[in-house]
Amino acid sequence: MEQAIYAELPEEGRSEIEDLFNEMRKEFKGRPEELIPMLQRAQRRLGFLPEQAMLEIARITRLSAARVFGTATFYAQFRFQPVGKYIVRVCRGTACHVKGSDRLLETIVGYLHAVPGQMTPDGLFTIETVACFGSCALAPVMVINDSVYGSLNRSRALKLLGEIRNSFPLPKLASLP
Amino acid sequence: MMKVKLNIDGQAVSVREGSTVLQAIEKAGRYVPTLCHDPALKPFGACRLCIVEIKGMRGLPTSCTTPAQEGMVVSTETEEIRRMRRTIVELAIANHPYECLLCNKSQDCELLKVARYVGVDPESIGRLRRRTRKRPPDRSNPAFDFEPDKCILCGKCVRRCDEVVGVGAIDFCQRGYDTMISPFGNKPLAKSICQSCGECVEHCPTGALVPKRLLIPEREIETICPYCGVGCSIHLGIRAGRIVRVRGDEKSPVNRGELCVKGRYGLDFVHHKDRLTRPLIRREGVPKDVSVFDIEKVFREVSWNEALERVAQSIDKTLNHHGHDAIGLLSSAKCTNEENYVFQKFARAVLGTNNVDHCARLCHASTVAAALAAFGDGAMSNSISDIDQAEVLFVIGSNTTECHPIIGRKIRRAVKHNGAKLIVADPRRIELCDIAEVHLDHLPGTDAALLNGMMRQIVEENLQDKTFIAERCEEFEPFLESLKQYDLKTVEALTGVSGERIRQSAILFGKAKKAIVLYGMGITQHTTGTDNAKTVANLLMLTGNLGRRGTGFSPLRGQNNVQGACDMGALPVVYPGYQRVDDPQVREKFEKAWRTKLSERPGLTITEMIQAAYEGQLKALYVMGENPMLSEPDLDHAREALSRLELLIVQDIFFTETAQLADVILPAASFAEKDGTFTNTERRVQLVRKALETPGEANLDSEIIAKISKRLGYPMDYPSSAEIMDEIGRLTPIYGGINHDRLNRSGVQWPCWDRKHPGTPILHKGQFTRGRGKFHVVHDRPPAELPTFAYPLLLTTGRILEHWHTGSMSHRSHVLETLVPESHVEINPADASRLGIVEGDVVSLSSRRGAVQTKVRKTHRVRPGQAFMAFHWREAPANRLTNPAFDPQAKIPEFKVSSINAILTVLERSAEDNRFLTALAENPAGVLASYDLTPEHRKALVEGDIASIEKWVGPLEERLQVWLKARLKQEKISEKLASRV
Repeated sequence: MEQAIYAELPEEGRSEIEDLFNEMRKEFKGRPEELIPMLQRAQRRLGFLPEQAMLEIARITRLSAARVFGTATFYAQFRFQPVGKYIVRVCRGTACHVKGSDRLLETIVGYLHAVPGQMTPDGLFTIETVACFGSCALAPVMVINDSVYGSLNRSRALKLLGEIRNSFPLPKLASLP
Repeated sequence: MMKVKLNIDGQAVSVREGSTVLQAIEKAGRYVPTLCHDPALKPFGACRLCIVEIKGMRGLPTSCTTPAQEGMVVSTETEEIRRMRRTIVELAIANHPYECLLCNKSQDCELLKVARYVGVDPESIGRLRRRTRKRPPDRSNPAFDFEPDKCILCGKCVRRCDEVVGVGAIDFCQRGYDTMISPFGNKPLAKSICQSCGECVEHCPTGALVPKRLLIPEREIETICPYCGVGCSIHLGIRAGRIVRVRGDEKSPVNRGELCVKGRYGLDFVHHKDRLTRPLIRREGVPKDVSVFDIEKVFREVSWNEALERVAQSIDKTLNHHGHDAIGLLSSAKCTNEENYVFQKFARAVLGTNNVDHCARLCHASTVAAALAAFGDGAMSNSISDIDQAEVLFVIGSNTTECHPIIGRKIRRAVKHNGAKLIVADPRRIELCDIAEVHLDHLPGTDAALLNGMMRQIVEENLQDKTFIAERCEEFEPFLESLKQYDLKTVEALTGVSGERIRQSAILFGKAKKAIVLYGMGITQHTTGTDNAKTVANLLMLTGNLGRRGTGFSPLRGQNNVQGACDMGALPVVYPGYQRVDDPQVREKFEKAWRTKLSERPGLTITEMIQAAYEGQLKALYVMGENPMLSEPDLDHAREALSRLELLIVQDIFFTETAQLADVILPAASFAEKDGTFTNTERRVQLVRKALETPGEANLDSEIIAKISKRLGYPMDYPSSAEIMDEIGRLTPIYGGINHDRLNRSGVQWPCWDRKHPGTPILHKGQFTRGRGKFHVVHDRPPAELPTFAYPLLLTTGRILEHWHTGSMSHRSHVLETLVPESHVEINPADASRLGIVEGDVVSLSSRRGAVQTKVRKTHRVRPGQAFMAFHWREAPANRLTNPAFDPQAKIPEFKVSSINAILTVLERSAEDNRFLTALAENPAGVLASYDLTPEHRKALVEGDIASIEKWVGPLEERLQVWLKARLKQEKISEKLASRV
């Protein structure tokens, strides 16, 4: 059987999830049609949808857990793995493609050792691809969290990522997987 | 009902308003291919194959989702439709594996059938075909496999699970090309909430969901499931003398084709190698207290002749030496009505005693007593189908979804689809609580207080049915007076449920025009069992919820034929049909029919027989298809009692725990090997048909008894079970009109007075059986045993979905045993952490009567201070712990409340020979105060220094070290000590 695609929230996130649901129980009535707003709310707070969050939402809405999971996996907006501090979105639209975004992505993947949808082992970055940002004049485009970087080439992209990485102390060797 | 007329391919057809075009097409006898259509489910319109052309409508609508309207002109097939259907099928099968010759489902594959009908073009399939995706199959479930590559996403499995079963274990997940059917979190089915009922497998149109080890049967026999009291009709698929497939009977009014995991996958016990095939006699001089590891050493196989001769001689000896009442008989709720009739006739006419009872004593004896007193009939008043009609369902003391799964589903559907409101009263948070309007988690043993509290609220709100009370009931005034003391505050204190919730449920129940109370062992298995059942009766009479459709008094009977065994008089005080043995007129009737003198003395109940055996008054016991050595309370006592018997005859299909103590063991026939009838919980008498021959020399129960009877000088010659039923009909008014020929289609509900009588789906219509319904004054009494310091946890026992009673059948079913192979106790995480117990630990549970060891499951299903354990396991028999104190009226033991202590087994083992550890286990902080410790020892304890402690108390097991560390840390010993020093 395939690996489960959701992740559990680490121990220290527990109280966070409890707080969240205490708030959510006040905000929502628990009607089935509130499912997607609830999923969005949980993801905004937790960064992704851990198993317990989906189970709890199922309990509140009285929908089956499988239905909640099915709905969440239907939408591209929901994530089931923890995300890094920085979400690196590389545009794969037509204009960016013509301007070499495939090679740009390849470089970033090579540099961060993570594929699109994955988080780097240090928890710093998550790479994602986007169909088009609508900033075609700036192609190729990369967006890190809310900042847009246009007219990129490989060395500039690496420099940007390198600066972010260097601003954090290196993890001890022993804690690397 | 309005009719609408349509024209289907030039043919006029009229259907009920609200039908779909597809139904009209089917009515016209036309065929349109479908893949996602299932008449039991809501229209879905996913496969698009049932498209038709309707004059005046745009495009090609799907007939399964289009409502039929007056004057529609429908064409089921045109050139355009044909072309589109072909493309749809081509898309569906383009990436389907082409291994139909190897696929187990080929015979029933709807995809194959539709593809053949529509006709596909190999060339276009070649064009559509992508590289075949290989998704790994899910083989985790012991009953069936899921092969995603064969799935066509018709959604029948998802909708069956959601709409019919009400579980919702699977759904569509991902999107687009990646869409697949999956449980929550893409987990394997075995790790999901799937209950393995197989409804999805049964209705999957392709080979995506297939039973493991599927063989196509050569013939099918219609019979009744041998597990619970719901009484589902099943088709046993037989091939080469074995059951190879089981499916529900779509036409049955009870289950409409549905089955649960036990019925569908749990019947292979019939062929288990443990089946008894030859009579056995205990070897000379082997004492009763040896454990039987090797049957050969304790018992020897004998011929039927020798066994029957031995039985007859021993019975004769007992009768001569000790009199008629020195012998007791336990009949069986698993056997047919005919066998129960013959058995009690054997007891009364041949052995001259009324000492005949069966396991109803341990489940619904109190219901029978209470309902006879209140209404005049000791059975469920209405039918299972009334659940669909009710506005409010009140489930108290019944874990319906696990113990009566098909009724549980009906409740779920009534709530989800009919808008019925559900009130659940159960100390545990059972599955039904998830869909309940109110959950009343009252303390075990406070049912009467809870119901009285509710009734007082109903009266305060003036919601009682005054006409009903005035016209149809009696003794209302004293009852009304008795409610005075149950104000919300008092009841809140007694039950532990907030007054607000009691009030809310009272108003809900009181306002409903049609309400049903469904209950189970949670009401009956108490020292106050009869009183509890009477309060249920009071509640229904108070609100006028009797004698109408959608209302009723619904005790859910446990065993497949426990209703029938009661009806057949396998009870110490009544002949068949609840005719009292101490009524001279009745006795005369039976004396005449059976041509012998009958005893007028009421007999002993099971609980009394065990006690009489213990005290030496009962010398012989004949047990047919029962297993008291797991089902009795306080097993150690019961074991001693049965060991003291001079003669124990056990007639069973397996070598049960009771058989280990037997002197003679007679091999009997299973349900699949005999003809007869079972009576289900709604009083429906249904036909059981023989599908197989008995294995080896095993014989039918009724024939064994007839043979013994003949040897004792009372020949009973019944050519077939149909003749026995004819005799029953002659002597039992409520079965007066029942014979086997009548039962061929869907059975008959008693009372059925004569051959023309259609049966009675609803009792007490217009008038109660006893005339007027009687209100009883019932006051709350505490259970016989309450938690104490030494036994702080309150244990309730019960059943789980996958197993059945003492497990002699379900433990011998491959699927059921694989699903749940071992016992566990449910305790609240709060208690677990207090005791230092983690999930999966083995704990010793002990009560004043005995001890068992089992694994722990931490769950919020039980409240803090409570524990739950099922009694299915011989390795951990929960009934060693239970309290034999019984209800004075019905003699039903209090299985539902006993106080126990739980302790980690490794700790108990070590503590046995170490007083210090014993003290430490009980109260770590106290140890420091009460023991005179040296400074080194003190330091070791404070710091949790295991190595030093070990030097001192001896080596500790690893789990114990962890426990001790956690325990010392939790008690904050260092702080307490520091403050003292």
